[in-house]
Amino acid sequence: MKHLGIQLKMLMLAIGMLFVTSAWAQKVIPVPKGSFQMPALLDKEPRKVQAFMMDQHPVTNAEYLKFVRENPEWRKSRVKKIFTDKNYLEYWQSDLNFGPLAKSQSPVVQVSWYAARAFCESVGKRLATIDEWEYAAQFPFKDKSDMKTVILEWYGANTEWPLPLVMKRSPNTLGIYDLHGVIWEWVEDFNSSMVTGESRSDVALDRNLFCGGGAANAADPSDYAAFMRFAFRSSLQAKYTVRNLGFRCVQDKESR
Amino acid sequence: MEFKKAFTIILTCMLAAPAYADKIKGEEQAVLTDAPEVPPPIKRKHATKVIVNLETKEVKMRLADGVDYTFWTFGGKVPGKFIRVREGDMVEFHLHNHPSSKLPHNIDLHAVTGPGGGAEGSFTAPGHSSTFSFKALNPGLYVYHCAVAPVGMHVANGMYGLILVEPKAGLPRVDREFYIMQSEFYTKGKYGAPGLQPFDMVKAVEEKADYVVFNGSVGALVGDKALKAKVGDKVRLFVGNGGPNLISSFHVIGEIFDKVYIEGGKLVNENVQTTLVPAGGSAIVDFKLDTTGTYILVDHSIFRAFNKGALGMLQVAGEEDKKVYSGKTDDRIYLPEGGVIQDMGEPAPQVIPAKNIEERIARGKRIYETSCFACHQADGNGLAGAFPPLAKSDYLNDKKKTISAVIHGLEGPIKVNGKDYNSVMPAQVLSDEEVANVLSYVYASWGNKKTNVTPAEVKSVRASGKVK
Repeated sequence: MKHLGIQLKMLMLAIGMLFVTSAWAQKVIPVPKGSFQMPALLDKEPRKVQAFMMDQHPVTNAEYLKFVRENPEWRKSRVKKIFTDKNYLEYWQSDLNFGPLAKSQSPVVQVSWYAARAFCESVGKRLATIDEWEYAAQFPFKDKSDMKTVILEWYGANTEWPLPLVMKRSPNTLGIYDLHGVIWEWVEDFNSSMVTGESRSDVALDRNLFCGGGAANAADPSDYAAFMRFAFRSSLQAKYTVRNLGFRCVQDKESR
Repeated sequence: MEFKKAFTIILTCMLAAPAYADKIKGEEQAVLTDAPEVPPPIKRKHATKVIVNLETKEVKMRLADGVDYTFWTFGGKVPGKFIRVREGDMVEFHLHNHPSSKLPHNIDLHAVTGPGGGAEGSFTAPGHSSTFSFKALNPGLYVYHCAVAPVGMHVANGMYGLILVEPKAGLPRVDREFYIMQSEFYTKGKYGAPGLQPFDMVKAVEEKADYVVFNGSVGALVGDKALKAKVGDKVRLFVGNGGPNLISSFHVIGEIFDKVYIEGGKLVNENVQTTLVPAGGSAIVDFKLDTTGTYILVDHSIFRAFNKGALGMLQVAGEEDKKVYSGKTDDRIYLPEGGVIQDMGEPAPQVIPAKNIEERIARGKRIYETSCFACHQADGNGLAGAFPPLAKSDYLNDKKKTISAVIHGLEGPIKVNGKDYNSVMPAQVLSDEEVANVLSYVYASWGNKKTNVTPAEVKSVRASGKVK
């Protein structure tokens, strides 16, 4: 009963958001504040996450097309070399045409971190932090599919192409779709494990990512799925584009 | 930045150990080969710069008949390409991760002196390339593998291969060299379960392998694909073990290794029957072929050979030498059992029913090839005096007796096509459906009467007990 109440409240919030976000933007879903155990780290302290709003699904080719129409500097032919590698939007036929190798409602991929950020900024949003993304990604599937199985089967299969459409699989209990099993997603601080900042966590991450001490340092050594995400993120540079790497945007709850 | 790091390591090595600072003359592209081929011996008498280009790629391939698996590979095959360099060479390594890869990959070469064995310098996102270089300081046969977290899964999916650092003086000359790498696979379905099988993490953690194979799949070194040599040849096997978990008791049935370079290093043992190859380790074995026949390569942890796939063949042609071995050269004494668990009275596993007789026969063939062929042989002719023939066999005229032999086992004297046999056939743990499949296949093959066997008939024989 109580559960239902929370869901109702969320639904109302979501409806409210629909009215305040700009007319074209996709639905954003409120993520309540809370704390969680970062899966791949031996950091015993649960991480606190403030409430925020997350896009319902990854940004699609159709949405990205609108973005490059309005922001010509991000078109394939005009983008600055320092912001992307040479495979930026490789599968797009031309500056303003993503077909026929992709579908409008499939996630946009082969975009750099700079491009993903620019997109989110253009709609008054931002990329999620690792903490926010991992926290939202821990909510179970609404249809109760086993998350580890879904993820591991995705890892174990060849990359589908064209990519599947968004929102065709079960959402999580918050109503967010496609966090697992379709694409990888950029996050704001994807490279934090490679940059020397807070040395203690650098050391922990480094050990997790390479051969050897990984298992000893992991909170749950069997959580292969999380290892993979951390490994994937740290293989990236901000200008990289990858055939199964896209993004979605988030925004602060208080921002509007 | 990664390059700089690698460079610093190499520079440090060179400064600290001037004895190793061989003069690098010229450069060449490394010859890379797929198993069981090995690149030619190095004739050069000086160190050079060797350029290696290796691509990581995730590909769907055959693991066993009717069974596919999405392998993660170095160079598109399992095991990965064989790399051959000379002690003192400077190796410039380019790792390319194919754009269709889902995951980042890297390479940890056990031949590298330096943190991570190159893993850090070669960590590569899909659709990108990395370059690093290292000096081949220590001669020996080394495993390489992917070391991206979770390491176990990358290795379990097929990411390993061998690199040989030939000693400056070279290895003694032989007539034939082969590349053999053992490894295990952990699949959702049990051994032989058809279709595309996903990786099973739980089984991998518990080290309960469904498949133990040589060169990446069941049957990669048998039949037409067997290794071939001639009497009088000196043969060298470069044997690696990718693991991820199991240690191999590598053995060649009917041969004694004249020399074993223990663990792929400098120490040589002689007259060895079985040599241990650790996970992530290797051995070099040399032997001279004194007589003809088919020699069977196995992991002598023997259930792995006959029930999980760790079996290969070396066919030796030429003049038989009766002084070396007088009798038959077949391997029947090691093949008393088939590939399914043989037991009494256990409940049979469930399978999806065949839709038609063609499907039944096709599935039956797979069961035959895992459970029956070891004794009754691939051509159904059995082995004279030991295992009765199924080809044109008059024993099959009695369908109930035939079904009973499979599900209840058979022992004591029988007569088949006029010849006496007195042996034991263990009861096979197969479902009614599977028995119907395999017997329909047998009846449809080798000049038999194409009788169909249904699961209902099997069920009824199962219920009424052993047919005498």
